[in-house]
Amino acid sequence: MDFFLHLLVNGLSVGFLYGLSALGFVMIFKSSSVLNFAHGELLAMGAFLFLALVTWAELPIALAFLLTLAGCFFLGFVIERLFLRPLIGEPLIFVIMLTVGLASMFKGLLLFIWGGNLRTYPDFLPEWMGLTWGTISVPPVYTAVLAVGTVFLILFGLFFKFSSQGIYMRSVADNQRAALSLGVHVKRVFALSWAIAALVAGMSGIVLGVINGINVHDLSAIGLKVFPVVILGGLDSIGGAILGGIIIGLLETFTGGYLSPSLRDVVPYIALVVILMVKPYGLFGLKEIERV
Amino acid sequence: MTTRKWSFHPCGNYRERYDQELTVFETDFGRLWAVLGLVLLFGAVPFASSPYLLYILNITGIAAVAAVGLNILVGYTGQISLGHGAFVGVGAYAAAILASRWNVPFLAAVPAAGLIAAAVGMVFGIPSGRIKGLYLTIATLAGQFIIEYVLVHWESVTQGTMGITVPPAGILGWSISGDLPFFYAIYLVLAVMIWMAVNLMRTRYGRALVAIRDNDRAAEGMGIPIFPYKLLAFGISSFYAGVAGALWAYYLVSVTSEPFNLGLSVEYIAMVIIGGMGNMAGAVFGAIFITGLNEILRFVTEAFMNMGILSEYGLNLAPLREFTFGLAIVLFILIEPRGLAEVWRIVRSNFRLWPFSY
Repeated sequence: MDFFLHLLVNGLSVGFLYGLSALGFVMIFKSSSVLNFAHGELLAMGAFLFLALVTWAELPIALAFLLTLAGCFFLGFVIERLFLRPLIGEPLIFVIMLTVGLASMFKGLLLFIWGGNLRTYPDFLPEWMGLTWGTISVPPVYTAVLAVGTVFLILFGLFFKFSSQGIYMRSVADNQRAALSLGVHVKRVFALSWAIAALVAGMSGIVLGVINGINVHDLSAIGLKVFPVVILGGLDSIGGAILGGIIIGLLETFTGGYLSPSLRDVVPYIALVVILMVKPYGLFGLKEIERV
Repeated sequence: MTTRKWSFHPCGNYRERYDQELTVFETDFGRLWAVLGLVLLFGAVPFASSPYLLYILNITGIAAVAAVGLNILVGYTGQISLGHGAFVGVGAYAAAILASRWNVPFLAAVPAAGLIAAAVGMVFGIPSGRIKGLYLTIATLAGQFIIEYVLVHWESVTQGTMGITVPPAGILGWSISGDLPFFYAIYLVLAVMIWMAVNLMRTRYGRALVAIRDNDRAAEGMGIPIFPYKLLAFGISSFYAGVAGALWAYYLVSVTSEPFNLGLSVEYIAMVIIGGMGNMAGAVFGAIFITGLNEILRFVTEAFMNMGILSEYGLNLAPLREFTFGLAIVLFILIEPRGLAEVWRIVRSNFRLWPFSY
């Protein structure tokens, strides 16, 4: 039972992280229908920018955090402007391969600057944030993550619900042509959604870095694990991303715990194929897939 | 009216019948150049090149076989596959296992490996009956990871991370070993495979695939059963991958699962895109470009490392290869999405139409 509970807590926290990492991905897909293969590298960008600001520039944590978010926001904006905008209306394969190429570029750049070794942030979380509950203890990192994640989710929920830019973004996601004819600046919305997605990715990257340490290879692997998560949750559903992340995380840890540790990394993809065959629009996705 | 063979290209499209559209060579000049090219390739190139260059040429040839196959799937049928590297791996393992366990001869093992890869490819093509576009891309991505996992962990068959040593290849008592004999083996296979692919695209099957790419609903309306044809495309392209994998296994003697990762799949897709989608010559151009780029980048980074100045600062230049590779893909997509084949066409037509290029 102890083992079960241990796996449960572990799976929930891993899953929450997956969900959090998938958020930015879903945002980009939702507004511009771009499948972003460079998502893992965006996570890594955020994580390393924060590392640079904390250890090299020695800024206070809060300021470094805000500056990282601003940097990622700008980065997402630039990526959309330089690379994605010329491809609006081009066939799917070009857009997909462009993000694959970007992933390779960013990965090379990050490896060039920081190398492939595991790096860690200096310890900055206070001890009181940890929870102990019987035999199970939750380290302070996880409570901090839960808090940050929840705050972000609420903020974005409010942003999409009430702010004019958020409403524009939702309208573009819903029907691009109608939004265009009603005077929404669709290209600006694309740029904004890339910027916000990169910001969220940067935040997730920092969180992942705090928990697991930062390593380019690990983070880009997580960028690929986003696919099972978002397919399960529905490609365009933010709530689905979180729930999908938690389910995939639980699936992974329970498979690793009870069946075989080596199966752990491949089971999300097996689940992915099954979901695609049975229920391709996922749990909460829009049911607009064409049957062939 | 007999089919007229032009000695020169006309300055417009004056085709009157469908069989003129289907000609492979429009002029006798084209035919002559193709024969000359083959004679040069087999008669002069292997003797004029150093062992290192010969090795590069062989690797390029193997990549070209796989890229031509992927082009049938991506360029002609319009189905994006991110699992091609894994199918090449399946072919390599199939050939290695057939040769080392059951002593299957080279001539039988290579097509058998192709058929096994084709079967596996068709299994992973099944989702294409239900989903398309980016969902299919994600499904093939999953296929890549699942196949990789099976190759590493099905130890009773694949010997896990140990890998398999392939016995030397032989045809009718002659043994094929070393770079030169393999050059002939690989490029003969490549020539046959390209010949097959070019002619396949002229049959009703090839035209059906192109119709599915251009508009799947219209294709279905014209009576093309889409799902079997998509499976066929997955099968054919995986057959090419399997043959490429088998050649790879024989040439490099030992097979491990490491090279057949997602990176390899991305390389193959990059070959197809950089070469030019839906163009046979393009796939070969792409294979030459990517393999050449890899070698040049390796050469340059090693040269810089040896200069010593950079190593003093502890700079590691190896990741810049990855960066340049990504940059090449991005630039081609943004600047010349129709690839090297289009560049080649422009250059050629400039020569052809000179000095009145209108």
